[in-house]
This record gives sequence, structure tokens and C-alpha cells, in this order.
Amino acid sequence: MSAIEILDLEKTYMVGFWRKRPKRALQPLQLTVEEGEIFGFLGPNGAGKTTTLKILMGLVFPTAGTARILGRNWTDPEVKAQIGFLPEQPYFYDYLTAHELLDYYGQLSGIPAKDRKRRIDEVLSKVGLADVKGLQLRKFSKGMLQRVGIGQAILHDPKLVFFDEPMSGLDPLGRREVRDLMEQLKQAGKTVFFSTHILSDAEALCDRVAIIHKGELRGVGAVETLTSSVQGKVEVVWQGTQIPSSMKTLGAECHATGDTVRAVIQEGQQDAAIDLLRREHIRLIAITPLRTSLETYFVEKLQHSQTTAGKSA
Amino acid sequence: MSARIVHIASNTFREAVRDRVLYNLIAFAVLLSGAAILVGQISIEIERLVVVNLGLTAVSLFGIVIAIFIGIGLVSKEIDKRTLYTVLSRPVRRWEFIVGKFFGLAGTLVVNTFFMAIGVFAALFYVAHKFSASDATILVALYFIVLEFLIICSLALLFSSFSSPLLSAVFAFCLFVIGSFANDLRGFAMLAHGFTRWIATAAAYLVPNFSAFNIISAVAHQQPVSAQLILQNTLYAVFYTAMVLSGAVLVFEHRNLK
Repeated sequence: MSAIEILDLEKTYMVGFWRKRPKRALQPLQLTVEEGEIFGFLGPNGAGKTTTLKILMGLVFPTAGTARILGRNWTDPEVKAQIGFLPEQPYFYDYLTAHELLDYYGQLSGIPAKDRKRRIDEVLSKVGLADVKGLQLRKFSKGMLQRVGIGQAILHDPKLVFFDEPMSGLDPLGRREVRDLMEQLKQAGKTVFFSTHILSDAEALCDRVAIIHKGELRGVGAVETLTSSVQGKVEVVWQGTQIPSSMKTLGAECHATGDTVRAVIQEGQQDAAIDLLRREHIRLIAITPLRTSLETYFVEKLQHSQTTAGKSA
Repeated sequence: MSARIVHIASNTFREAVRDRVLYNLIAFAVLLSGAAILVGQISIEIERLVVVNLGLTAVSLFGIVIAIFIGIGLVSKEIDKRTLYTVLSRPVRRWEFIVGKFFGLAGTLVVNTFFMAIGVFAALFYVAHKFSASDATILVALYFIVLEFLIICSLALLFSSFSSPLLSAVFAFCLFVIGSFANDLRGFAMLAHGFTRWIATAAAYLVPNFSAFNIISAVAHQQPVSAQLILQNTLYAVFYTAMVLSGAVLVFEHRNLK
């Protein structure tokens, strides 16, 4: 069973005050997310990521199409007992403390009173807020609110978690913690669907990604697949600042940074490069096939869509 | 009642308390104590009448202002601040949210009225030095005031489900004023002819008939209140509130939360 099946969901808003005109926020979208995977939903600002999430959460009604979440129709209220949601830039009832807020959400999610306190304490420690549970949320920083948001999304131990820009407002340490948390959720068998425009996060975390731009799906697949269309090149890294002259005969492009040198050579010349470094008694650090980064793939997809749009215009 | 409605209602009540809404009780207490002392000094034989009139009118006005000003933000504020997203992404139906919010605000107003009622009786005791059997009708007047609050709460909630807080406040206040003159509107409809009569009658029966709930003057003059009026007003308030709340639910069920 797929965790999420999106079947031709589309959304058109009417904009303008006097003369209303349609503005399509989401073209018919087809997407499947399998159970147990971390799925990245990528796109620039205004691409339609949040609209898709809002439709799936029942906050916005689609113009057409349908979706299934955990095998049920997405509008089925019982589905919501099994999903967690972190909205973009979350804001909560600021007159409550983190503990009270989670208690309220726990009540709404139907967590029995006897389990609630234990679960809240666990979640607050997991998101690094165990020490501030008595403080009202109006005194929280943006990063702390983001942590509360993540806490409320996983409070009821959902099977599927939706995060909308989960790294937003977090410092590098916080981002690392959220990445670790997502890994933990995956290891616990949960499915994570998260939207982001920070590609390094997606590359580091996701099993599969989808790229959306101007409401249209531009590409979807495993990160390795999307980034493996390499130019047939290999990167060789060694220690030191020395660049043997014979390395240049292999056609290598060498760049020294600090006490390491990186050279890019054609695929098939790795053995020759290794022999050469051995002869010079240079310590080899790594040899890795050069892959297109997700960022390159992403930019290519966006540029391609702009070119296509330009031609059709 | 669904447990989720109770949780939403209690959170709404907690918000009102923490936002210091009940601080109005202090202003009320100061006003009433001052009035009681003043009236005690300048009135002869009519102290009771003045204190009951002033006290119940103040209870009504304070409550109406609170009902409108909290009610208009109940839904729109949750949408603007996006606090609603994390509520509706749980197994909470939209109608449960509206009904929970209504009961939360109604509960706040009942508690508020309870404390103000204590103030009214304290002021009355201060000027009259005793209670009489006819003072029980003050409780009926207070009950009618609470029924008025229920209607106002539901109207504020209805407007809040599709309009901005400012417009909601204007709509709710206008309806309160028009509703307070509903009997006059009905009288005007009887006098009109043709299309105007049809329109005026429709408007007169559509706006909430707050004039039927206003027995402050009668109670101040120690006139009895019939059981029939109590039953009639109760049924009217429950029916009207249920209709308006259904309208709010209907609007909210189809609203896109941008």
C-alpha cells in the first residue's frame, strides 16, 4: 500500500477584486509516495508545495482530483489520527506553555490521559525543549516555535508525517537535529513527506524527491537516479599541496584547497592516477565518481521549463 | 457531546482568561460600588430601582461588548495566525471547531455574568440592607441576558467565519441595535403596505428579537415575570442560536483556509 497517492489534484484560485480571473496554483498533479520512505517535495517559493500540503490536510479544497492517504480517501477524518503536520512558519496559541499546547493537541488527537503526560515529556526531550516546558510560547524564539511545531506533529506517533519547510528558522545545529529526527522516524517505519527549497537537506535525507515549479510537476525519482547522469568523470582527492606534473598529462583539472588537492579526470583513468600518486608517495584520500548534484538537476529542470514556456509564448 | 468540542471550548475559555478578558469585572465592580454608594446618598425610596436598573444594564452591556469583541476574532484570528492549521490537521471536524468555539465563548460569558451578578446583589444589599422575595426576578433578568449573549455569540461567530474582524464587529453591533428595537420594527411592518410591508415583516422576524429579552425595567419595578415568557424566550434563543450556528458551520465547511 502506498502512503500517499495523489490523483490529478489541481487548484485554481480566483484572483482580483472587481474582475475576478482564474489563477492556477496547481496543475493536475500525480504523485505516489511509498510507505517508509523520506520523500522530498522540492520547488522554489510559490511553486505550489504549500498548496499541495494544504489540500492534503483538508485546509484548502481542490478544484479537481482526489487523493488517498494510507489507503483511505484523504478527506476521511480518521486518516488524520494517523498523520502529523508541521505547517510552514508555525504559530501557536501563545498564551499556552509548550506542555499545555501539546496536551491540548494530544486531547484533540485522542491520546488517552494516562499516556499523554509521558508522551509529551518524551516529545519535548526529543525536540530539545524539556527545560522550557513551563514557559509561555509568546516568549519563544522562532527556532523554538519550529521545534514545538515538530513536536506537535509527532506527538501522537503518526504513521505519516508532513513537514512544510521544517528547517526554516533553525540554526545549523537545529537543522542537524531535525535531520536526525527524520532519520529516526524512517528507522521507526514512518513515512516522511517534506517540502523544502533547501536542496542540500533533500539530497542528504530523501529516498526520493519530486520537483514542482509553477504548480507543475517537473521530475520525480530516487535521488541517486536523478543525480547519476554524470559527465563520465571521476574526482580524485589527495593530501598535500603537491600537484604532480604527470597528473596534468591525464588531462586532470586540479584545485588545491588547504592541505588537499582535488583533481577531476576522465572515467577509466583512475588506475593510472593511483599509480602516479603511489610513485610520488602521495597519500590518496578518495576516488569518487562525479555526480550531478541535486542542485544542478533542479536548476536544469527549472531552466528547461522556463525555456519551454518562452518558446510556447 | 464530542470530547473534542469540550477540549476546544475549554481552550477558548482559557484563552479568554489568560488574555485578561475577565479584568472587565474590576471595571464593573468599581462602577457598581461607586454607583451604589452615590445612589445610597442621593436617592430616597428608589435606591433599589436605580441599582437594579443600572446593575443589570451594565451586566448586559459589558457582556455584549465582550461577546462581540471576542466572538469576531474566534475564527478569523485562528485563520490569520494559522493556529487553525494544526487543529484541523487532526481528527477534528470543522463543525466541531465552530461549536467548540461557541461553547467556549458562551462559558466565558456565563462565568463573567455570574461574577457580575454577585456584584449586583452586593450593591443591592448595600442600599436596601435586605433581600426580598421579589429579588428572585433579578435572576430571571440575568438568565435572559445570558440568552441574549448566546445569540450575540453565535452571530459574531457567523460573521467571523467569512468576514474581517472589523466588518464582523460592525455587523454584529448593528444587529444588536436593530434587534433591540425588533418590536418597533414589527409595529412598523404592521403599518406598512404592499412590498414595503412584506420586506419589513421579513426583516422584523429575521433579526434577533432582543426586545423580548429586556425585562430590566419590569424587574426593577418588581413586576412578576410569567413562566410562559421564560419558556418562550428560552426556546427562541436556543432555536435562533442553533440556526445561526448552522449557518456559521455551513460557511466554514466550504471555506478555503489560505
